[in-house]
Amino acid sequence: MQLARVIGTVVATVKNDSLEGRKLLIVQTLDKNLQSIGKPMVAVDAVGAGVGELVFWCRGKEASFPFKREDTPTDCTIVGIVDSDNHVTR
Amino acid sequence: MIIARILGTVVSTQKDERLHGKKLMIVRPINVDGSDTTGYVVAVDTVGAGFHERVLVVAGSSARLAQGLKDTPVDAAIVGVIDTVDVTTP
Repeated sequence: MQLARVIGTVVATVKNDSLEGRKLLIVQTLDKNLQSIGKPMVAVDAVGAGVGELVFWCRGKEASFPFKREDTPTDCTIVGIVDSDNHVTR
Repeated sequence: MIIARILGTVVSTQKDERLHGKKLMIVRPINVDGSDTTGYVVAVDTVGAGFHERVLVVAGSSARLAQGLKDTPVDAAIVGVIDTVDVTTP
């Protein structure tokens, strides 16, 4: 799992049926000093995150586990919201 | 998931039988501002996307979770056609 900042949203009307109703957000991965690293990714939201929030996300097949009862094709899912930037101790 | 643009198609007659009837596209990952990156991926289309459209591509084993791709030998799938990308923070 990695820390990231939600920096935007993606709208896609035409999508695979298994993604119906899912919120898509753009996340920028951060390092331990909360500085951007790498390129932004599109993530499926599992926790109700919003733009500007500090979150953590998981990649790979495990990203689909929050939606376990349905098959959701995602390799990048927001699985938690960090309470505030001050809650990241380094 | 990544944002990509469709560059072309791939035709393959001799392929795994579980790939029969699947449309194969060549996609290039792009940045959130729409600028191109380098490289390309061959992805299976599940939504009927067309040439030069911006699409959502899911990679890895999660790609198989898309509806219609169960148990297919696929590691990249187009799962959505992007209408808008809205980035509020650089």
